[in-house]
Amino acid sequence: MSATAVAATTDEAVAGVEDGSTVLVGGFGLAGMPFDLIDALIRQGAGDLTVVSNNAGNGDVGLAALLQAGRVRKVICSFPRQSDSYVFDALYRAGRVELEVVPQGTLAERMRAAGAGIGAFYCPVGVGTPLAEGKETRRIDGRVHVLEYPIKGDVALISAHRADTLGNLVYRRTARNFGPVMATAAGTVIAQVTEIVPAGEIDPETVITPGIYVDRLVRAEARRFTVQGAR
Amino acid sequence: MTTIPTAERAERGPLSTDELAARIARDIPPGSYVNLGIGQPTRIAEHLAADAGIVLHTENGMLGMGPAAQGDAVDPDLTNAGKVPVTELPGAAYFHHADSFAMMRGGHLDVCVLGAFQVSQHGDLANWHTGDPDAVPAVGGAMDLAVGARRVLVMMKLFARDGAPKLVPACTYPLTGAGCVSLVYTDHGVFEPGPDGVRVRETYGITVAELRERVSVDLLD
Repeated sequence: MSATAVAATTDEAVAGVEDGSTVLVGGFGLAGMPFDLIDALIRQGAGDLTVVSNNAGNGDVGLAALLQAGRVRKVICSFPRQSDSYVFDALYRAGRVELEVVPQGTLAERMRAAGAGIGAFYCPVGVGTPLAEGKETRRIDGRVHVLEYPIKGDVALISAHRADTLGNLVYRRTARNFGPVMATAAGTVIAQVTEIVPAGEIDPETVITPGIYVDRLVRAEARRFTVQGAR
Repeated sequence: MTTIPTAERAERGPLSTDELAARIARDIPPGSYVNLGIGQPTRIAEHLAADAGIVLHTENGMLGMGPAAQGDAVDPDLTNAGKVPVTELPGAAYFHHADSFAMMRGGHLDVCVLGAFQVSQHGDLANWHTGDPDAVPAVGGAMDLAVGARRVLVMMKLFARDGAPKLVPACTYPLTGAGCVSLVYTDHGVFEPGPDGVRVRETYGITVAELRERVSVDLLD
């Protein structure tokens, strides 16, 4: 990919996202959720989106706000139902959003495969369950596996902790989650970070996502949202 | 094959949730890498001996997870699989989601403990979806854990609120995994499912004879 561009605003960072895009959205619950990029995407106006994320929104912020704005046609995720997923739950029950449930590790690996140029892979997860129905299977080393295809995004919106001007990313604690995987798996990768430092100021040994994967960077303040009712 | 005799403890009542958590904790070998499922299994952590060297894995990318965070220690960037703010222990490690689930599928995780709606006598697990058309299906990491962890333990009540047994001849709810459960720990007993039926290891507040009346699975002698 070409060099990472540092955007002045989140609106500039999400410019050009087209209707009908597949958008990978980082985060696990609210940890690692790219709140500011999603708010900018709502202002930008792209609709009819397929969103790939672990959950389907918490409370009224982040992915839930995008859903509430009516921009999402389909959600591909592992765990939509949570203590505070009332926005998604209502849309789903009203038949206003499609849902594809994917086992969490398979979701991650399908994106990893997309980013790594793997055509498909056999995975033992889900065998004998409704989530494997209709999929090709093969017995390998005595165990049945199902064939899983990559998930590639047109756009990925992720959140990291720090970046340098070349787009090298460092994450913080469990907010890392899907970020490094999604960063490899989309045509345009957009990262929001709390700090952008000159190249050379991040120890190369600690870089988690190398800048080759990151197209656009923008600085945004850390939020301190936690999931309400989590137990 | 040697048969371990059933420890029948009918005179005492069924185990409380805390007693059940402690009972499971006793069976987790020192030095194990363990994933505790969301909900009741997280309470097992309170009963693990501090000097046992057991390392907790959380699917959202951490080994060495500590207890729930309180007050100023709450950090929105550090949660468990249930999105509850937690803490890190010395020697903790963070990693991304593809690595976290590679640890499961790759056979690196010694034990997981999951809740269940139903377990069949052959060790099939149903714990993600009731099949109710109005329910929002959500699987999370349950299928990955069921297939990947070297030993899958279930923590559940033996009977549902309506009195229906949750240990069943065949699951009526959609499966999470087939033949994956090693042991089932319940308030009324500990059960070992297998190809020929269920071995009763222990009972609490119920006799084996009473169990035969109330559950319809094949209980081995």
